[in-house]
Amino acid sequence: MSTQQDLICEQIDNIKMAKVYERPDSLLDVRMHYCPGCGHTTTHKILMEIVDELQIKNEVIGVAPVGCSVLAYDYLDIDMQQAAHGRATAVATGIKAVQPDKYVFTYQGDGDLAAIGTAETIHSANRGENFLIVFINNGIYGMTGGQMAPTTPIGEKTATSPYGRDRATMGAPIDITGLLAQLPGTFYATRQSVHDAKAVRKAKKALTKAFQYQKLNKGLCIVEIVSNCPSGWKLTPYESNQWMIEHMMSLYPPGDVKAPSKEDLQS
Amino acid sequence: MSEVKFMKGNEALAEAAIRAGLDAYFGYPITPQSEILEYLAIHVPKRGGVVLQAESEVAAINMIYGAAGAGARVMTTTSSPGFSLMQEGISYIASAQLPCLLANIVRGGPGLGTIQPSQGDYFQAVKGGGHGDYHLIVLTPSTVQEMADFVYLGFDLADKYLTPVMILTDGALGQGMEKVTFPDYDPAKKKVAKPWATTGKSPNRSKNVITSLYLQPEKMEQINEELQAKYTKIRANEVRWEEYLTEDAEVLFTAFGLGSRIARKTIQLAREKGIKAGLFRPKTVWPFPYQRLKELAQQVDVIMDVELNAGQMIEDVRLAVEGAVPVLFHGRMGGMIPTPEEVLEKLEANLQPAQAGISQQEVAL
Amino acid sequence: MAKLKGEVKIAIETCKGCELCIHECPQDTLVMSEELNQRGYHYAVVAVDNCTGCTNCALVCPDACITVYREVRGKKQPIAQISNVTEDMTITIDGRQP
Repeated sequence: MSTQQDLICEQIDNIKMAKVYERPDSLLDVRMHYCPGCGHTTTHKILMEIVDELQIKNEVIGVAPVGCSVLAYDYLDIDMQQAAHGRATAVATGIKAVQPDKYVFTYQGDGDLAAIGTAETIHSANRGENFLIVFINNGIYGMTGGQMAPTTPIGEKTATSPYGRDRATMGAPIDITGLLAQLPGTFYATRQSVHDAKAVRKAKKALTKAFQYQKLNKGLCIVEIVSNCPSGWKLTPYESNQWMIEHMMSLYPPGDVKAPSKEDLQS
Repeated sequence: MSEVKFMKGNEALAEAAIRAGLDAYFGYPITPQSEILEYLAIHVPKRGGVVLQAESEVAAINMIYGAAGAGARVMTTTSSPGFSLMQEGISYIASAQLPCLLANIVRGGPGLGTIQPSQGDYFQAVKGGGHGDYHLIVLTPSTVQEMADFVYLGFDLADKYLTPVMILTDGALGQGMEKVTFPDYDPAKKKVAKPWATTGKSPNRSKNVITSLYLQPEKMEQINEELQAKYTKIRANEVRWEEYLTEDAEVLFTAFGLGSRIARKTIQLAREKGIKAGLFRPKTVWPFPYQRLKELAQQVDVIMDVELNAGQMIEDVRLAVEGAVPVLFHGRMGGMIPTPEEVLEKLEANLQPAQAGISQQEVAL
Repeated sequence: MAKLKGEVKIAIETCKGCELCIHECPQDTLVMSEELNQRGYHYAVVAVDNCTGCTNCALVCPDACITVYREVRGKKQPIAQISNVTEDMTITIDGRQP
């Protein structure tokens, strides 16, 4: 993405025009496999915008575990490791231990982070690991075809909760970001979304902070992106975003859950 | 200068790892190997490096994956139930072709079992353990000295072949104390370039990706073929074994690790009684020294396999022998250790029918 | 002051027809095409020449299909400038705080 220094001006219809938005360089010019309107795709895009704007492409190592985003390394032009289901934060712990000066992030879905990988997630936070968890919470298992996730709202019908999620037998939706915020090792926990331009701007700001906080070495950052799953929810992309606002955001309201104070930000 | 110490096997393994230039260790406490984590926790920070007590063996092996993928010299150690938990990660590491050293200080199983020594994890170590077509190079020390020696060897083999290497040993060798000499070893000289590691994409190379996922079957088959080609190379180059009094042997003991020490003592007792016995001890149980054992089977009258299990390596022994001679077995399970006397007794009881040509199945069962 | 003139360029073969840009555009500049692209999707096209270059469509576009241009009047305008996090935690996009 262009910065002020290399702002490109072109003449279009005799008017001096500046390019004010373009695809980030670090997002490879390949077709992403995600369904139309999927929040994963938008999140990939803004992550790479940040990598380009912060000029940290040579210092970033990403981890993509099993889930819809397991092929993220095909799209992001950065060093990456694919991880076993649920183990992304353990893999990131290993990377950060031997590459402490690099920016390390995991990119995990709700099944990965909040079900099979809960132990790794909580203990990474509790150790105060200095990496970023990007947590895509769409309340469903997209990759395997729309099964219930730990974050699925009560009453929501999925392939494995065909009569709706029943609290008595299937438990209540789990708020992992809220849980992690309770731990002293968590430095910054925030919940965002990418369903409209305003939300994208905010999410980008939160993710930018979370990357930069790594240099403070003060603990784990988690940025939850409350997202959609048009295919899993069987809605159009726009409808899925409306459904998300109505049903997901009441459970997972956007905003900072734990934000560092001014003193915390002193290096 | 090499240095002589009197140490537990676990400590010798840990000290050797430090001297071999260990960058990072991730592990979880479990008897009978917790001394390794404890020893490293004391000494590694002083010399530089990472020691991290993970929340589980599952996490530990995935930390190994991450750190090995980021180019570090890494090790984890555990004991049987912990090694079972690591199998998923080991399969990923083998597929992603990452170098690392693993040690299983085996205890008696199955299940939670016992904390006493056993060789019950041979199948798990040699025949897979995790999912998919892969192998570990499996080194089986029989002395505290080898607990140290195989660490250096293991790290170097891992780097050479980009594969996980495993030290398969047991609680007796881990906890027992013996003299150990640490050789001169300069990790800086052994350091190999790892241009494939995820260290941050520098402008002069394309991105590095560590993965075991290939959705297209043609590609996945190709990856499997690469792995198999590597294993063929390892089978050709890295088979290691030791022989003891085999020149004139008529009875050949086969045993690895702790079992080989019992077999050695049995051989001495047997020779006192005029039985010409010898020992064939694989140091690598994968790759297994099939060829040399096949040659020895032409020379001896009978083979007796001794293990601390229900008979696991005996399957490889029989594969090597190809029915040429009867293969007897003596083993104890669940943390019990066979004595040389009982091994000899079993041998003598079977020697007559074996030499009279009764089939091996009848004898073994 | 008259509205700034904007322009979007859409990579139609990358477009998956999710329509999020159409809902996001405050000017109703965009519509879906009648035609299909090679992948079989209707794609976003400019229907009315009234774009102001606000970038909303591009920001919400998951597949980064949209490049946005905006008229430059007087001084150059920064498009995305991020200041050092530890000192001043502000990000400006188009010279404004989002």
